[in-house]
Amino acid sequence: MDCLESLTAFGEWQRQLQAAADPQRKQVTICGGTGCTAFGARDLLQAFEGAVEARGVGDRVSVKMTGCHGFCEKGPVVVLLPEETFYPSVKLEDVDDILDQTVLGGEIVDRLIYTDPVSGERIVRNPSVPFYAKQQRAVFRLNGVIHPTRLDDYVAHGGYGALARALGEMAPEEVLDEVRKAGLRGRGGAGFPTGVKWDLCRKQPGHEKYLICNADEGDPGAFMDRSLLEGVPHLVIEGMILAAYAIGATKGFIYVRAEYPIAVEHTIETLEQVRACGLLGDSILGTDFGFDIEVRMGAGAFVCGEESALIASLEGHRGHPRPRPPFPVQKGYLGKPTNINNVETFANVPLIIADGWERYARVGTEGSKGTKIFALAGKVRNTGLVEVPMGATLRQIVFDIGGGVPDGREYKAAQMGGPSGGCVPAEFLDLPIDYDSVKQIGAIMGSGGLVVMDDQTCMVDVARFFLEFTQSESCGKCVPCRVGTRHMLDTLKRICAGEGKPEDIEELETLAQDIKAGSLCGLGQTAPNPVLTTLRYFRHEYDAHIHEHYCPAHVCPGLFSFRIDAEVCTGCGLCRKNCPVDAIAGERKQPHVIDPKRCIHCGACFDVCPASAVTKQRAAGGSNE
Amino acid sequence: MAVAGTQALDLDPARQIVEEMSPVGSNDIIPLLQRLQDAYGYVPRDVVLEICKWTALPASRVYGVATFYEQFHLQPRGKHLVRCCRGTACHVRGAPRVIDTVRSSLGIEDGGTTEDGLFSLETVACLGACALAPVVVIDGKYQGQVTPRKMESALRRIAKEES
Repeated sequence: MDCLESLTAFGEWQRQLQAAADPQRKQVTICGGTGCTAFGARDLLQAFEGAVEARGVGDRVSVKMTGCHGFCEKGPVVVLLPEETFYPSVKLEDVDDILDQTVLGGEIVDRLIYTDPVSGERIVRNPSVPFYAKQQRAVFRLNGVIHPTRLDDYVAHGGYGALARALGEMAPEEVLDEVRKAGLRGRGGAGFPTGVKWDLCRKQPGHEKYLICNADEGDPGAFMDRSLLEGVPHLVIEGMILAAYAIGATKGFIYVRAEYPIAVEHTIETLEQVRACGLLGDSILGTDFGFDIEVRMGAGAFVCGEESALIASLEGHRGHPRPRPPFPVQKGYLGKPTNINNVETFANVPLIIADGWERYARVGTEGSKGTKIFALAGKVRNTGLVEVPMGATLRQIVFDIGGGVPDGREYKAAQMGGPSGGCVPAEFLDLPIDYDSVKQIGAIMGSGGLVVMDDQTCMVDVARFFLEFTQSESCGKCVPCRVGTRHMLDTLKRICAGEGKPEDIEELETLAQDIKAGSLCGLGQTAPNPVLTTLRYFRHEYDAHIHEHYCPAHVCPGLFSFRIDAEVCTGCGLCRKNCPVDAIAGERKQPHVIDPKRCIHCGACFDVCPASAVTKQRAAGGSNE
Repeated sequence: MAVAGTQALDLDPARQIVEEMSPVGSNDIIPLLQRLQDAYGYVPRDVVLEICKWTALPASRVYGVATFYEQFHLQPRGKHLVRCCRGTACHVRGAPRVIDTVRSSLGIEDGGTTEDGLFSLETVACLGACALAPVVVIDGKYQGQVTPRKMESALRRIAKEES
């Protein structure tokens, strides 16, 4: 592709690509996200390419790696176009049958048909799969459709049309105004209005301004930013160029986690193409607007998701946050005005400019517009990425789309917002989710991580887990966060070990308030949230640990006991062989018995028992009786 | 990947990196350390001290950055890198038991390397592959839905191949 030297040249090229596109062409699309790649998608791609070549049908059938389809649980996912036939969990040995029977023969391969785990229904077409059918995909529209990095594929699907429209017809203020009227709020967590932030940055004096895309997705349980950069990096880049135009920034950075190798690779590859075509650089599409983007890899520090710490990291310092004001929009990178937005925020911008703010703002709730992508994981049947309108309920997300909790277990809570968020209990399953409603119940929208927990999850253990995380990620700059989270963690560890004292609860609450009030940045200010929400909604579990030395979810070692059900035990002896402390005795083909005095509660017997004869229950003869 | 050696380290890769990144300023410390670690497998002290002489970067500043971020290792790592995710989704799906198994079968703690230099163990806050939980990445390859037993046999297999 040659360099596009004007808006007209771009428009002409886009029209040609769209005219040449054949919607009836047979395509095999294979998901190339991290999940499907882990299940062998890259080998599958080669196998399909080889098989198409061997049959000499390359003129009729194309094979394409796409971005993440979102249904990571069922990887590798293959979708056949134009019929939209959906085959999950495809293996190398299925390649020939798919090609011969379905693509060339028009027949469905019976053994590969997807069965919905809830209804038991067999479903052939991709859009009919409940996981997809109940979503509203706007930002994710092209993920799974286009090749992740190929510019022509993106442009043929309307890509960079919003940018061409803005550069050709709109002044920077008008772009900014559209985003403000659309009501877009920052998708990174706090939900600050994007247009307001842009305006603050635009109004700062000086010509040297920076734009940063925060792709340091550190919240455990969130992976939508990874998927966007892996699957549709062009969309994020187009959003960034539009933002730079609105603000008047000349240089941008994408700060991406080094733990996301495919995202890094795709982003760099995409930037090279876009630059070569004249969509980035000194004079974008022949206009007098210039902007360029550089990729920087994060070096593994959760605190760098915080704006001022991220900037410190870009400047080559330890990632310490600093007091604000001045805010980054006033004094950011190298002391210049700097606007930082999250990946998903930028990915929303082209949709607003392409369709206009009225259409965008039709979706969502009063205070939160558009859609939100959630990363659905944990104890749920369909794990993966889910895009729904703001205002959807947890029940729609977890049960209608996610298929509910597997193995007949019961929903206990959904953890929202990662280490800064909280656990939402069943009583709020029908609450419409948006920035403001989630905040009211003690959690936060955060970046959209949603980890489902069932009755086998201990909420005290979950609180301890998050405190362990924030404690190890605390940068150490301010005392309330560094020392306070350490004390909270010590207390929680004691409670989980059955050594909690009745006064611990009150101490946890006091300490939590002090840490929230006294910490410098968002990490410390929100670190106590997981403890506070679990105390608010699951106080009885804390009480059981402290007063009864019992873990009702059977998670905390020592606060429950293992027993072998003599009626179920087949006497195979596997548990005896695997017990590290020889606490299990029994003759072959006779029921075995655990000696509770020797047992160290490691759970090895529970894991290996083929008959599920090992059960967990309230400790007998322990201190709880 | 470089193996722990007693002889002096080859400075050529470092020289080439500094040349390509020239001029190296304090803004570039993180990318510089990332490239050094790619080339040497870790961030060798002597190489950093040499680079500080060439570039006039204060060694204390580079050390401060290298010890702040989890990505950088100042000691050589094992031939095989086992990274266990301890994110939320992995945690509720049994990651603690998986990590315990790796620890006890290798006899090392997080960040440690076995005496024979064969394995290093790291735990990662979240690998962003939550749908595959619990996840372990061995030498860059993602292993989804692992169990303590699967991990034991995977480690045994690698050790056997090496013997």
